[in-house]
Amino acid sequence: MQSSFSLSCSQATTVPRSNYTFDSLPFAPSKPINLRFCGLRREALGFSSLSRSHFRRGLQLHTPTRSKRISASLVDNGSPPKSFDYDLIIIGAGVGGHGAALHAVEKGLKTAIIEGDVVGGTCVNRGCVPSKALLAVSGRMRELQSEHHMKALGLQVSAAGYDRQGVADHANNLASKIRNNLTNSLKALGVDILTGVGTILGPQKVKYGKAGFPDNIVTAKDIIIATGSVPFVPKGVEVDGKTVITSDHALKLEFVPDWIVIVGSGYIGLEFSDVYTALGSEVTFVEALDQLMPGFDPEIGKLAQRVLINPRKIDYHTGVFASKITPAKDGKPVTIELIDAKTKEQKDTLEVDAALIATGRAPFTNGLGLENINVVTQRGFVPVDERMRVIDADGNLVPHLYCIGDANGKMMLAHAASAQGISVVEQITGRDHVLNHLSIPAACFTHPEISMVGLTEPQAREKGETEAFEVSVAKTSFKANTKALAENEGEGLAKLIYRPDTGEILGVHIFGLHAADLIHEASNAIALGTRIQDIKFAVHAHPTLSEVLDELFKSAKLKTAPSMYKLVTEVFNLWGRLKLMFQAR
Amino acid sequence: MASSSPFLSKIPISNRTICFASSLSPIPSKFPSKSLRHHRRNALKVQSKIREIFMPALSSTMTEGKIVSWIKSEGDVLSKGESVVVVESDKADMDVETFYDGILAAIVVPEGETAPVGAPIGLLAETEEEIAEAKAKAASQTGSTASPAIAPTPPRATSTPAPAISQPTPAPAAPAAEGPRKIVATPYAKKLAKQHKVDINKVVGTGPFGRITPADVEAAVVITPSKPVAPKPAPAAAASPSPAKAAATSSASPLPGSTVISFTTMQAAVSKNMVDSLSVPTFRVGYPVTTNALDALYEKVKPKGVTMTALLAKAAAMALVQHPVVNASCKDGKSFTYNSNINIAVAVAINGGLITPVLQDADKLDLYLLSQKWKELVEKARAKQLQPHEYNSGTFTLSNLGMFGVDRFDAILPPGQGAIMAVGASKPTVVADADGFFSVKSKMLVNVTADHRIVYGADLAAFLQTFAKIVENPESLTL
Repeated sequence: MQSSFSLSCSQATTVPRSNYTFDSLPFAPSKPINLRFCGLRREALGFSSLSRSHFRRGLQLHTPTRSKRISASLVDNGSPPKSFDYDLIIIGAGVGGHGAALHAVEKGLKTAIIEGDVVGGTCVNRGCVPSKALLAVSGRMRELQSEHHMKALGLQVSAAGYDRQGVADHANNLASKIRNNLTNSLKALGVDILTGVGTILGPQKVKYGKAGFPDNIVTAKDIIIATGSVPFVPKGVEVDGKTVITSDHALKLEFVPDWIVIVGSGYIGLEFSDVYTALGSEVTFVEALDQLMPGFDPEIGKLAQRVLINPRKIDYHTGVFASKITPAKDGKPVTIELIDAKTKEQKDTLEVDAALIATGRAPFTNGLGLENINVVTQRGFVPVDERMRVIDADGNLVPHLYCIGDANGKMMLAHAASAQGISVVEQITGRDHVLNHLSIPAACFTHPEISMVGLTEPQAREKGETEAFEVSVAKTSFKANTKALAENEGEGLAKLIYRPDTGEILGVHIFGLHAADLIHEASNAIALGTRIQDIKFAVHAHPTLSEVLDELFKSAKLKTAPSMYKLVTEVFNLWGRLKLMFQAR
Repeated sequence: MASSSPFLSKIPISNRTICFASSLSPIPSKFPSKSLRHHRRNALKVQSKIREIFMPALSSTMTEGKIVSWIKSEGDVLSKGESVVVVESDKADMDVETFYDGILAAIVVPEGETAPVGAPIGLLAETEEEIAEAKAKAASQTGSTASPAIAPTPPRATSTPAPAISQPTPAPAAPAAEGPRKIVATPYAKKLAKQHKVDINKVVGTGPFGRITPADVEAAVVITPSKPVAPKPAPAAAASPSPAKAAATSSASPLPGSTVISFTTMQAAVSKNMVDSLSVPTFRVGYPVTTNALDALYEKVKPKGVTMTALLAKAAAMALVQHPVVNASCKDGKSFTYNSNINIAVAVAINGGLITPVLQDADKLDLYLLSQKWKELVEKARAKQLQPHEYNSGTFTLSNLGMFGVDRFDAILPPGQGAIMAVGASKPTVVADADGFFSVKSKMLVNVTADHRIVYGADLAAFLQTFAKIVENPESLTL
């Protein structure tokens, strides 16, 4: 677990909830949180307002008045209300909140969703969705620019070029399309969308409202916090939104710098390096850990580095922090001061055209009113149990209050938030449910893609050691796959980590063409508890990339104990044969 | 994997510095053992028990390898065939096995560091007593390893022509060239520089804020090869010792028992230039020249130290003065570049290759100065001390195989020049003059290869006519 967490050394952000100031460098490898992928992929529903800084300041200004009002309301309403406006209120309309709302409606709950910004949250507006649009462009650019690749296919393409605004528009159009889809689906199902910033006033009671308007107070039987996260900006970094940017700005693609430093080599950084290099930029990674892509299975990471980093116009500095980043101004370039991650000695200064801060994401739980219900965040994250029930400062469960998605930090991925939301709805409608986070896949949409589910090899080996079971690894290459070769994309590896004694799948990691789409066979198997000895008989269409996994499962060597049943039948067969022989005689 | 074993070689104990001589097992070793050999001293004296583990060449394109991990640690007992170390090449990670039994005495290159192919990465002792000794060696080696160990390992393919030709000094590969120097170069510029072996510190940055951009490196690279083009006339193969030949034809699988020897830097440069020359459309014009008068002159001036090469170079230079287009070059396929100087490059076979020292301003220097200059250049070339401008500034090349009795041959035009002249032997020939009288005259065949983009047939014919006239009336040469 620890190691996966480190994926984010940069991203494993310690966020004191009071404000976004950090008293220490953002390296907190101590807390064993579940996998937290630093990706565009992770969602944050947000109070992420158009201009976040203003918004935050606004919150602080309001604080005194609010707390007064709250105390009053607490006096008035010390006990939970008897009848409720809604069965379920969800704070935050990102992918997590949306998933929960849909499932709640299906279960017959009267549901409302509170959103202070735009529906869709980070994923749709500033994350996975627009980034996929950019990556779709970069993938094609890369292909068209690869003369060698084209020639091998017998294609001739004259100089490929792109129109920056056109690319940016594509990303923006995609985001608004998905946002409309999301909004419409909520409306069509009869979910009330309450606009404003949601604040918890007390048990089962929420206040929402826009700045400058009177607040509304609503009550609900159950409340889900799904407020997501915002890009984490370490201390010493001055973000101007032009030359020193976060993923929020980068996705607008307002300019394509000649040379950009990407701070952090997790998912976000990797995906952006793919985009920028395809569009002609040169990239320098700054990674605080000793190696790039620290969260990935080491073998996959190494292969990915050989394919995604080394041959491209990318170099990197590892084991260093960007201690100070100054935007370009007065005719000077962006300067980045690097210090050694361990000794804190000044190491180097980079002068580049732009810097992208991809050091992970910080939970957005500021101004949520958690103090009203005696909940203290841990570095900004809302503490929850395995059923997403919020835990208060005394270690007790807060009744009827749940927190899903990035805000709880269990697994910072859009689909994880959604799955957690569905799990919560299951519970509040009377069916106990615990989500198995090890069955949640993750993907990085570089070219080729990287995907994974379950444990990495070192994690599995560690677990095997403590729980005394054997761990085996099977691998197959995309080079042996017909479809991959037809596409001339034979570069890739699929890796299966399993228990040879039981056939249990512990983890699957794929690097190769369409890896993100291929992982689901493995993640479903883990979720459903399918064993290798069973899944290896499943049939795959030929020729498809999915045969990579077929072959992977088939190549696993199981050591299932010879079953008693088999032994007995063998004996009977032998006996039968002997009898026949005797009869024949 | 099986082939990755034999990287241990026996070394004589005796001297302090490590000499890694000798028994590179014959199979795939990539480095030129001959250059290592001269280190060997008192090899017979002590039967050594300390062997070196070399960085293996795991792929044909590998020039350096990174130690991923040492499977064994210092003091471990190894038996033949066991995996000792995992090496990361440009393609994959591979286990490297020992070829001998012994004790891993010292690790010279620790995990995570990079060493060029053929450099020692560890020491293997046969007995425990020798461990201390091996360690001492390792210590001395880690200190000195950078230069002496790395120097003789340049079996690199595709390098730019090379100062290495003139100076066999270490061409340090500067692993991970990221010193604290304040040089700003973009990632791709650094990669290109490394790839083309350009010292990034010497590249002038023209990008924003004076940074070195890929274009700057490219410019630096292009300038180097386009001028230096150490011109290689075809006779290269004939004139130079033959091992290069074997290597040159080895695209088919080699016959059992044949040896494969990688190009030296110079041979690689020749190879590259020869392939590059294919992009230039050339044609050839031959011309018989009567040399009786020239021979007579040569006999006269020989005692004064004038060589035939100098005479021919002078004659060519004087002819070029009258035909500047033959001294021109076509750099981009769109324009003529008329050179301001007439610099005659003359191909010289030297041990293991050839080089073209340049007689600069051959038209302006007198014959005696030219001869003197030529002598100096040849000496420098033999000593491998030519400066780049002394072998890469030619505008016209002269290649003479007459001394071997060759009567005519065809030279390949070196990229970046307009023409090259191939001179055969002068032979007594029966000729009939205009009146029908027979006589015996010395004739030599001169064959010029030229770039037809800029030099046309008539240009070349006229040039040769002028050249023949000068040779036939050589008095002007001594003026």
